[in-house]
Amino acid sequence: METLLAFVVGGLYAAGLYMMLRRSVLKLIIGLGLFGHAANLLIFTMGGLTRAQPPILFGLPADAAAGVADPLPQALILTAIVIGFGVQAFALVLIRRAVQAVGTDDLDQMKATDT
Amino acid sequence: MGLVSAVLSGFVLALIAPWIYRIARGATGWLLAIFPLALFAYFLSYIGAVAAGDVVRVSYPWVPSLGINLSFYLDGLSLLFAFLITGIGALVLIYTGGYLKDHSHLGRFYGFILFFMASMLGVVLADNTMGLFLFWELTSVSSFLLIGFEHEKESSRAAALQALLVTALGGMALLGGFLLLNQAVGSWEISELVRQGDAIRTHSLYIPIVLLVLAGAFTKSAQFPFHFWLPSAMEAPTPVSAYLHSATMVKAGVYLLARMTPALAETALWTGTVTAVGAVTMVFGAAIAFRQSDLKLILAYSTVSALGIMMMLLGVGTAGAVQAMVVFLFGHALYKGALFMLAGAIDHEAGTRDVNRLAGLRSAMPVSAAAGLLAALSMAAVPALFGFYGKELFYESLAEDYLMPVLLFASVLTSMIFVAVAVLAGIKPFIGETTSSAKQPHEAPISLWLGPVTLAATGLVLGLWPSMVDKSALLPAIHAVLWRPVFLELALWHGLNPIFLLSMATLASGSGLFIFRSRLLRLFSWLDALRDCGPRNGYSLALAGLNAAAQAQTRVLQSGYLRYYLLIVVATATVLSGYKLLQDIESLSFGRLFDVTFYEAAPALLILLAAFMATRVRSRLAAIAALGVVGFSVALVFVLFSAPDLAMTQFSIETLTVILFVLVFYHLPRFAILSSAWTRARDTFVALTAGGLITAIMLKASGVELHPKISTYYIENSVPLAHGHNIVNVILVEFRGLDTLGEITVLAIAAVGVYALLKFWPGKTETR
Amino acid sequence: MTSLILSTATRFLLPLFLLFSIFILFRGHNQPGGGFVGGLIAAAAFALHAIAYDVKRTRRLLGIDPRNLSALGLLVAMGSGMISLFLGEPFMTGQWLTLSFWPVGQLEIGTPLFFDVGVYLVVIGITLTIILSLAEE
Repeated sequence: METLLAFVVGGLYAAGLYMMLRRSVLKLIIGLGLFGHAANLLIFTMGGLTRAQPPILFGLPADAAAGVADPLPQALILTAIVIGFGVQAFALVLIRRAVQAVGTDDLDQMKATDT
Repeated sequence: MGLVSAVLSGFVLALIAPWIYRIARGATGWLLAIFPLALFAYFLSYIGAVAAGDVVRVSYPWVPSLGINLSFYLDGLSLLFAFLITGIGALVLIYTGGYLKDHSHLGRFYGFILFFMASMLGVVLADNTMGLFLFWELTSVSSFLLIGFEHEKESSRAAALQALLVTALGGMALLGGFLLLNQAVGSWEISELVRQGDAIRTHSLYIPIVLLVLAGAFTKSAQFPFHFWLPSAMEAPTPVSAYLHSATMVKAGVYLLARMTPALAETALWTGTVTAVGAVTMVFGAAIAFRQSDLKLILAYSTVSALGIMMMLLGVGTAGAVQAMVVFLFGHALYKGALFMLAGAIDHEAGTRDVNRLAGLRSAMPVSAAAGLLAALSMAAVPALFGFYGKELFYESLAEDYLMPVLLFASVLTSMIFVAVAVLAGIKPFIGETTSSAKQPHEAPISLWLGPVTLAATGLVLGLWPSMVDKSALLPAIHAVLWRPVFLELALWHGLNPIFLLSMATLASGSGLFIFRSRLLRLFSWLDALRDCGPRNGYSLALAGLNAAAQAQTRVLQSGYLRYYLLIVVATATVLSGYKLLQDIESLSFGRLFDVTFYEAAPALLILLAAFMATRVRSRLAAIAALGVVGFSVALVFVLFSAPDLAMTQFSIETLTVILFVLVFYHLPRFAILSSAWTRARDTFVALTAGGLITAIMLKASGVELHPKISTYYIENSVPLAHGHNIVNVILVEFRGLDTLGEITVLAIAAVGVYALLKFWPGKTETR
Repeated sequence: MTSLILSTATRFLLPLFLLFSIFILFRGHNQPGGGFVGGLIAAAAFALHAIAYDVKRTRRLLGIDPRNLSALGLLVAMGSGMISLFLGEPFMTGQWLTLSFWPVGQLEIGTPLFFDVGVYLVVIGITLTIILSLAEE
């Protein structure tokens, strides 16, 4: 499954990057979203995949504790998901304001306004 | 402990000086002067012990991992400098109160001066090369701040930058030298380095060490060809010129070389370079000083020349030369400080610093006139003033040990000019017919004349009774440089020997130079054409070149288009890491491709499909939906692989994100195809290559044996330490709780940002 | 564009959602859940309310400005970390208290729990700040 997910992550990165290379800021922000998912999935996959053994020790015999999924990448990703939401919201609103102020979503025309 | 607080307390006082000024106003200078005076008294208490040959050394661990200590060291040389720094420092603080009276930033100025004082004390007391370097750079910074004090003036800012660039570049060289020294003998302590002189001199790194250390010392002490920053630094208020740029900071280079003499000197490289550079600076500085008409510039160039003398004497390095250097250094600090402060007082009272227009001030400013006379006579090396001894020993050292005709000739020439310059700067403004000036001159207030009078009178008293300092303060300093017993007894009358005759001849011909000055200047006026091809010009060219290069590379690299930055960054990263990966392509592990069940493969493929759709669709809503599908499928992957917390979070966030996107995109323009087909093909290629690289890296990494997991600790301690069974949650709120606290703070700030963007938008009224 | 079905459903769903979010928050220490998820669920509930009715009513229902809510959450989180300071231990050292309710069992209360409550409040606060002010545009 790690191998399959490696291709999935690569594909997500490619799609995100392609969108970030567009001239429209709207596509840029979609690209950012895809990038975020790709990064989370990357960490998750590289931390090692474990089936059906969540890192929850409730009612677990002591000797089974060693086999649970690695909780550290999960904690990292949980933080990243929520932070990503905050950043995305900020970026969205910022872009919205920029588009409103400049009257276009074309980055090339936006660039022309600050000189 | 005493030494450490002696250095560091100055920094503390520098921080609170502006507040003291707010309360004490006009009395601040007098009040603050108590501090250096107290330090002066503190150092005075060591004089007996140091003269007896003791050294004081304290050391505290600073960067233990690198073996660097914060260590201070007090011997004769440090002590002499400490006296100059604190003694003149006190006078300068008082002088500042009169000179910059009611200046709007006076409080800040006091802070800078104290900051400098503390740094300079650090330089001369530091025993650790890294400590010395740190304080050395701090003096450069304080010099920058003080030169640029009148920061509204373009010329001040340029001069400040120039001084900083030159001395800081030298400082970098010095750092290099110190690092190499550590590599050569494995010690950061100067007291250790000077004991390892023989090992250093025979080490293969000796030549680079010497060149780097010399570069640091020469830039700091304004030696040719780096001298040009010092005259430019005269843009600073006069207290700064008197204190930093004549009496103390510019002598840091001399101090450093004197300190390093036991470790580095006595080789042909050292002797040749230091002597030659010093001699050239000496003659060059004197010659230029002679043709200046601005009081401060005259003094600045004569300071350059005097620094050249000290360097040259250090280069010669015989017992006599080192004696002469120390005595000359002390005398120079006394008279040059006085002359600078007088120049400021004259400027203040008469409204000009042009020596051609200044005359006849003696009746208006009798006290200053007396001080000027004494200081000038000391500079001209008239017997019975302290300056005389420095010059005598200076001649003697060049003449006695082995006759150096060229150096002696250059020295006599320089001394002649010194006589002329001394008269020009210290006497001429006060004698002759009163000229009409813009201002009605009158005697300066006590704060302005106290400094010069004290210094000039000290020059006279010590000139008459040199035994007050020769054995107690000067001899220990000479010992610290030479490391062998020498004898020093300064006496006014040595009998009618050739050296004394040479001195008298110098005085006479120097007076002649002064009298025929204007005629001589006319005679040599053709030399003025050379002025524009000096090192100063080289500096301007280099600075302009740097700016041009920066602009050119900015034009090339910074197109202003986000996607080109992205393309460059991604392409570079892809090519570089891709190249490395391709070298062992066979190590990529595909081993776990087929251990997949249908329901696991489904969300994975769904992600790929949705990501592809997101790039293709024309409608905004469809793109958001595709992004949502990606998010929910990722959540499914989390469910399948034992991450229930992640799955729950991802599901809720995804819901909110979709709402968010819809709310925002609703107001935004529709998607349009803006790029050409070729651009899209290019971007597709780059994106796929970069994605492929990520896949390759992941395949490579999954074949690598990992370190034991950090998580083992968390898994084992979650219940006993944190009373929690959900390890992910325990990590978030307990083990790494501080990180989470930081994270929610960031979230709150992002929300405030969003709120501000939405609610406080000036354009809002226009659109509605 | 208020829909009758949605607004009626919301009236019943909102309290359930909130109850559920608090349940998720408190069980988070031992079972999947926690402040982040709980906060998001609560925020989603209010967002649903804002869609079903309008933002003004949601703000009135909330009673407190969401910005203040996130500030309050930060204070709670920070304060839970400070308790250990008064006991002479480093900032954010967990402190635990075991209460016995015989014969029901015993309850362990610790500062990390309050920290999680802080997280919960911050998440509700920021999410609603963003969504409500956007919806008001």
